[in-house]
Amino acid sequence: MSRELHRFKGGVHPPEHKAESTSRPIHAAPLPKELVIPLRQHIGNPARPVVEIGARVLKGQMIAAADGYISAAVHASSSGTVTAIGLQPAPHISGLPDLCVTIETDGRDEWVVHAPLDYQAMEPSQLRMQLRDLGLAGLGGAVFPSAVKLDPGASRACPTLIINGGECEPWITCDDLLMRTHAGEILQGAAIMHHLLGSTTVLVGIEDNKPEAVAAMQAAAAGMDFAVEIVVVPARYPGGGAKQMTQVLTGQEVPSGKLPTDIGIQVFNVGTAYALARAVRHGEPLISRLVTVTGHVLRPQNFEVLIGTPMHTLITLAGERDGATGVLMGGPMMGVPVPDLTVPVVKATNCILVKSAALFPPLPKALPCIRCTRCADACPAELQPQELFRFARAGDFGRAQEYHLFDCIECGCCSYVCPSHIPLVDFYRYAKSEIWAREKDKRAADLARERHEFRQFRQEREKKEKAEKLAAKAQAARTHAALDQAQRAELAAAPAAEVTAVSDADAKKALIAAALARAQAKKPDAAPRNVDQLTPEQLRQIEEIETRRAKIRELVRKPLESEQKNP
Amino acid sequence: MPSPFILDRSSVTQVMAWVLAALLPGIATYVWLFGPGILITLSLATVTALAAEAAMLKARGYPVRPFLTDLSAIVTAWLLALSLPSLAPWWLIVTGTLFAIVVAKHLYGGLGQNIFNPAMVGYAVLIVSFPVQMTQWAGPHELTAAPLPLAQSAAVIFGGDVPRATLDAVTMATPLDALRTGLLQQLTIDEVMTHPIFGHYGGVGFEWLAGAFLLGGLLLWALRIIGWQVPLAFLAGIWLTAGFLNFFDAGRFGPPWFHLFAPSVMLGAFFIATEPVSGATTPRGKLVFGLGAGFLTMAIRTWGGFPDGVAFAILLMNLCVPLIDQYTQPRIYGGAGKEPRT
Repeated sequence: MSRELHRFKGGVHPPEHKAESTSRPIHAAPLPKELVIPLRQHIGNPARPVVEIGARVLKGQMIAAADGYISAAVHASSSGTVTAIGLQPAPHISGLPDLCVTIETDGRDEWVVHAPLDYQAMEPSQLRMQLRDLGLAGLGGAVFPSAVKLDPGASRACPTLIINGGECEPWITCDDLLMRTHAGEILQGAAIMHHLLGSTTVLVGIEDNKPEAVAAMQAAAAGMDFAVEIVVVPARYPGGGAKQMTQVLTGQEVPSGKLPTDIGIQVFNVGTAYALARAVRHGEPLISRLVTVTGHVLRPQNFEVLIGTPMHTLITLAGERDGATGVLMGGPMMGVPVPDLTVPVVKATNCILVKSAALFPPLPKALPCIRCTRCADACPAELQPQELFRFARAGDFGRAQEYHLFDCIECGCCSYVCPSHIPLVDFYRYAKSEIWAREKDKRAADLARERHEFRQFRQEREKKEKAEKLAAKAQAARTHAALDQAQRAELAAAPAAEVTAVSDADAKKALIAAALARAQAKKPDAAPRNVDQLTPEQLRQIEEIETRRAKIRELVRKPLESEQKNP
Repeated sequence: MPSPFILDRSSVTQVMAWVLAALLPGIATYVWLFGPGILITLSLATVTALAAEAAMLKARGYPVRPFLTDLSAIVTAWLLALSLPSLAPWWLIVTGTLFAIVVAKHLYGGLGQNIFNPAMVGYAVLIVSFPVQMTQWAGPHELTAAPLPLAQSAAVIFGGDVPRATLDAVTMATPLDALRTGLLQQLTIDEVMTHPIFGHYGGVGFEWLAGAFLLGGLLLWALRIIGWQVPLAFLAGIWLTAGFLNFFDAGRFGPPWFHLFAPSVMLGAFFIATEPVSGATTPRGKLVFGLGAGFLTMAIRTWGGFPDGVAFAILLMNLCVPLIDQYTQPRIYGGAGKEPRT
């Protein structure tokens, strides 16, 4: 317990509101009549459906297979019949429908045949494939396919494994409750991670506002056959972020644009560790998770929820109240609004937060920035938010990038402390999406230009060839005339013509090769930086942001409310 | 509306209100030592500033109420009023305030857009245009006749018929004026310092006022309304420059404590140089800004044409802010600490 803790810069400490939902035990949410299971619940490629409409499926049966390396399978959360495979509203920030499998449950909750995995005897790569097929993805919010993160790579060792029990967002308590009740299984999951990654240090970081969870985890750690250290860290938002937790526990910063893996550290949420333990020790796929239902409800609490359960059923279970002003998936700092409550709980759903005017008063109108730099003091990425705001607002995206716009983690601390109440994060999202869009456009334009240049080259080459052919014809005619006169020369002329034809073809090939090489050489200059080698997380962000770009752009184009001129 | 969905309880109004509150110890001391005339000056500046602010907002087509209630105009008014002689004529106060609000603030784009500190622009315009009227300082009551009561102060300010002798009895040169005049008469510092206006550290009375402003400034720092960088660097700039000069020639350059314990320095360090809009924003930039302002203040006091230089020093540093900010960009989390290119 004597580990020296480090500090991450910035951060805020909003009212925690954790006690509301921790006083009640975890309840299993009842089996709904219908489960709607989206195929895109993780970062990367959406899963490919492997069942047909009308098929009977069992609980835990794979209904969609992982598509590619960065992907994860999706399973039936209960037994029943597939009634539809099609677009349905999904809890996605865009509010756009997504491909889902709908299952009418039969109430029998009949399990598919499943068996524990003997992970110590298995090839690591085989085990990872199994985990991908069991649908494991990070449950802390980013839902990155766990199998990918459990691969330390050929050269990279991963000496430090961090199990993240930070849970820094206000209101959310599902990780807290999970640690209190399933500490042993979380650590069993950690043992498997430890095995796969070859880590030498295993740390569990828990914020100091969860003493019961700390006690439970410490008790469980004592019984483990590997060294694991439960570390209590000060509660400060966004201390549960992977980068912040890494810094607090190890003092190491994740270099800009890189992942903790790049410095030999891997971070998993406690929920993920638990799901991994269930997967390996019981062969159970990821078909349920803990969800905190809190805020403006009668009985805020945590539920064990089958993936695909409609959100409104949970709000009903927790006791719906009059005067709700909206629902968030996630916490108040980084959560997303859920406009349609028929959407299902997915792997990323850690919290359903019902808002009311009293708990979430409408945000006051924004005033101009007075450059007080409270945002800079609060920024955990140590950026200068006031400058980024200025550049984003002015459409000076190049400068915004130079001031490290892409290091912004959108945690919302800047907006939270701003005395002018400027929705700063919106401006950064807008600037990022604009830059992505421009780079995409630039790529398309580059491609078009390359094609055009090649076309021009080809046309010129054809012209030249035509002229050469004509010349050759004329030459041949002359030769022919000469041959008429001297028949003996005919035999000697034929191989010569052949040779010319062959060398013509070679020259053509060489010319094409040269043009291609030129085009290749040009590429590095022209290729935009930011859309190359994107991490899957960024790809997901691009996708999300693309969909609401138009909306944000419109919002930002409008002057701040307070600046709107009187008519 | 996207995340975050909660806000801290702070607001621009709250920030400005604390600044005003932190000025109260200074104002109370002012009244105690120099008479109630300052209250008239403050009120007049406040009324003028609010009227000018409302008129400009209306003229520019902005909603009046949210901006008028942000209290920023009153902060400008008070800072300017506290920089002016407490018995200055009414039109001087009105002119300075109007210039601060209309030109320095609104013609530059209003709240958050001014590149110069509005109060200091107002002050600079006045001292350049009306140097004589800017010397009508009430003296500390320890050295002068009993300070003018409110009615008589009003009479002086509004140009009523006040006998010259009455006025002369309550006004006197400020310590910095006395220092300057003495040095111009080829006196040594020791000889100048025999003048009764010089007290323990600064001037008699003036040092108390400086202390009261310091107290208010520390309150702002304790409340995290202002950071420590600008005030500390500003005071350090003054102290180091004055100390350096004094060390080499104590006969010609005043002692550093004297230069430090002037009300203008404490007001400048904690209330004016810390104005965020026109100041540097990066942590290192704030240090550079403060040090520069302190050094320039001493340079102007020592070699310039005015007895005090706080206003000009801050305005000159305001000019440098974009440059300072650009070259003092801090290292980011996980970054190599490269400064952005131009």
